[in-house]
Amino acid sequence: MSDVDGRHLHAGTPVPDVDLETYRTLSLEDQAHEASKIDGVTITHRRDRFPVPGTKAEKRAERVVALCFVAAFVGALAFTVCYVVLPWRYDISSDSYAWFTPVLGLTMAISLFGFGLGAILWAKLLITEEESVQERHGGYSEQEDRETTAAIVSDGWDMTGIARRPLLQRVLGLSVLALGALAIVPLGGLIKKPKGELFRTGWAEGTRLMTGDRRLVRPGDIEAGGIETVFPATEEGLSMQVRADSVVLLIRLRPGQTVTPRPDQEDYGWQDYVAFSKICTHAGCPASLYEQQTGRLLCPCHQSQFDLLQDAKPVFGPAARPLPKLAITVDDEGYFVARRDFNEAIGPSFWERP
Amino acid sequence: MSQTTSERRPTPTRRNTGPVGKAADWADERYTGSGLTRRALNKVFPDNWSFMMGEIALYSFVILLLTGVYLSFFYDPSMTEVRYNGSYELLRGVEMSRAYDSTLDISFDVRGGLLMRQIHHWAALLFVAAMTVHMLRVFFTGAFRKPRELTWLLGVTLLTLGIVEGFAGYSLPDDLLSGTGLRIAHAIMLSIPVVGTWVAYAIFGAEFPGTDIIPRLYIAHVLLIPGLILAIITVHVGLVVKQKHTQFPGPGRQENNVVGERMYPSYGAKGGGFFFLVFGVMAALGGLVQINPIWLYGPYNPAHVSAGSQPDWYIGFLDGSTRLFPAWEIRLWDYTISPLVWPCVVLPGIMFTLLALYPFIEARLTKDRALHNLLQRPRDVPVRTSLGAMALTFYTVLLISGGNDIIAAKFDISLNAMTWAGRIGLIALPPIAYVLTYTICLGLQRHDRQILEHGVETGIIKRLPSGEFIEVHQPLGPVDDHGHSALEYAGAAVPKRMNRLTHPGRKAKGFLWKVQDPDEVQDRSGTEAALEAGLETNERRELAGRPKDPEL
Repeated sequence: MSDVDGRHLHAGTPVPDVDLETYRTLSLEDQAHEASKIDGVTITHRRDRFPVPGTKAEKRAERVVALCFVAAFVGALAFTVCYVVLPWRYDISSDSYAWFTPVLGLTMAISLFGFGLGAILWAKLLITEEESVQERHGGYSEQEDRETTAAIVSDGWDMTGIARRPLLQRVLGLSVLALGALAIVPLGGLIKKPKGELFRTGWAEGTRLMTGDRRLVRPGDIEAGGIETVFPATEEGLSMQVRADSVVLLIRLRPGQTVTPRPDQEDYGWQDYVAFSKICTHAGCPASLYEQQTGRLLCPCHQSQFDLLQDAKPVFGPAARPLPKLAITVDDEGYFVARRDFNEAIGPSFWERP
Repeated sequence: MSQTTSERRPTPTRRNTGPVGKAADWADERYTGSGLTRRALNKVFPDNWSFMMGEIALYSFVILLLTGVYLSFFYDPSMTEVRYNGSYELLRGVEMSRAYDSTLDISFDVRGGLLMRQIHHWAALLFVAAMTVHMLRVFFTGAFRKPRELTWLLGVTLLTLGIVEGFAGYSLPDDLLSGTGLRIAHAIMLSIPVVGTWVAYAIFGAEFPGTDIIPRLYIAHVLLIPGLILAIITVHVGLVVKQKHTQFPGPGRQENNVVGERMYPSYGAKGGGFFFLVFGVMAALGGLVQINPIWLYGPYNPAHVSAGSQPDWYIGFLDGSTRLFPAWEIRLWDYTISPLVWPCVVLPGIMFTLLALYPFIEARLTKDRALHNLLQRPRDVPVRTSLGAMALTFYTVLLISGGNDIIAAKFDISLNAMTWAGRIGLIALPPIAYVLTYTICLGLQRHDRQILEHGVETGIIKRLPSGEFIEVHQPLGPVDDHGHSALEYAGAAVPKRMNRLTHPGRKAKGFLWKVQDPDEVQDRSGTEAALEAGLETNERRELAGRPKDPEL
């Protein structure tokens, strides 16, 4: 209800009316008071923090604020200079570059912090103290607005005639549903049918065991109690996929240690060597902390513990299944080879896993 | 419409001078924004330290946008295998994904890149932390009640999105740590009954790890999720502006008003300054405190893992629940339900659903359908406060258990003992927290009432003629023949120490500078807001000086 040339600054607000002419004659402070009232704001308390100008306290406050902005200026300047001047490239033979990031961070922090603190202290120390009260209007609109809006909505609805056209209601509903499908169906491009890779790994009959640095493994290569992480030997480099599902831990037991094999897996080991999938059956991390004294393998992600001497049975933590065992033997040339792929899916459980 | 000039609005008088005034005239003659601008400048903000948590969250999001755009100039979300040939000699010649390679470049071959990366990471941690603490503040003070249920729902959505956004972000470097996190995420997807493998294949595009996940996470991290967060923040903050802030009860503060400072100039200066403070702290952390040194972890290799692998803190509770949950695998004929589904899918699902629905649950149980603009002190709503303490205890046990291997190693405790302590604590501690909190709330309530009735303890011991010793109490209001005030508790803080009487809620200054000389500044008494107890100014003056002898 702005009434530019009219009598009043504001109509309909419960504050004393002041006409524009009188308003112009008021002091700036009083104008602000009146202007706030239009927005339902009453300045209930207003106090100049330093009514006597030029006191020591005022100068001190001013100096503090000024100091903050000086810090902001100096910090930004220092940041720029350091950014240009300081050595920053990594150099293995000297530590000179090591100052770059900390100094940049520090100067940037000084600059930003100084600026922010300056603004806040200005507000807290110098800006006239105030307390204002703003009206909060009721939780709902004016009755008039509620009813008139409802009338417009109902009338418009009647104008469409949808209430008495059941055929249109139905086909409209149907087409809206179908349009919803339009938004979702193209996401079908994301769907891929799992093709049984989860049950297969890179191991096959006669595949040699190869370490991460591409060495084939012979029985004499590992000391008693030692372990070796191995992959299927390939001519070309290993793909991530193969590394992720075929990684195996080859373990040479200590003298006197024996593994009680699972039924039908009596011949999976070779002399004092056994090989288990390294992928934890809980959440798929490589279970890699081996304690040779106890023959226990710990997964560092969720602390599942497998007892290798009990055929990698889970003995503590959240894993429920033993690590799958790879059947190994030694070929004619004296290298370790797999006898076949794992006889179960490796890694974490999933619905289709029998 | 009328065509005659006389019926149009007359041209306003240009009374403004100077460049700002001219610019204002220019804008107003085109966009009529004067009224709107005045309303915005006049908006009153209540002032309380606890209201700043949401601001910190907002500001850290802005910092994330700024630093994130910078990082996107250099980061390449590709899983193509390359051989590293950058400045960091220790990794030269190592095969790695282009994503990891470009992250190393940001850290070593972009001037100032490491600073930006570290600020970005710290700001992400702070973003989720600030949202969490902000949510706790809103919860414990009842700010979520009608009419602000939708604001709460949007807030819970923001928290959830923030966690997902953070996870997507720290997976992008494709280093050993984040790759391990992705592998666990993959296992969690696989664990969903019936559709798990389909979900995992849809998201990863192939058997783990495939080559799609990093590009997909990238576009989710830089476009999809931040876009959603930005849109929801706009609505969330817009609702706060529309409905105005809640405030704590106090002198003059009522359901139908807001007491505080106007946006311009005081609050704007404070709020704007606070943004720079937050940014400054982030810059200091980003420069001085190393975070996520990916070059030490090496590129992702599914066969390797480092001991003490920890996610960012906001995923810690899930890591904890995963560690604590027993190895219960369910076999249904030819199918398997993975033990992972309970702690990683069902539990967070329940937690976040309860969180989202809490305002509605409470309203239904208390049958409270009124509008609330005044906050509650946690002690005055002991059931809610105790429920909150219970939930917080549950969460804390999960969070601690997420780092139980580190704690076990540092304090030389058995890891298995830590796991069992977590399992038992998760069930036993929340009810204890409930009972304790409830008791404390009631005790605090009683203390408030006691002070309103008897007054503040002065520490002055007086000996009566009968030889009896009593402590002199300073009553807060007019007293009857027995020295008792009949002040009603009004939901606001009650002063409990003598030095809180004159300037309620303000500490005396004097740590760095001497207490201001009264001659230098205006006399404060009489202008301060009235005492919490709601006394008349002159009465308060009388009380404020020194303790009156109680009438005995």
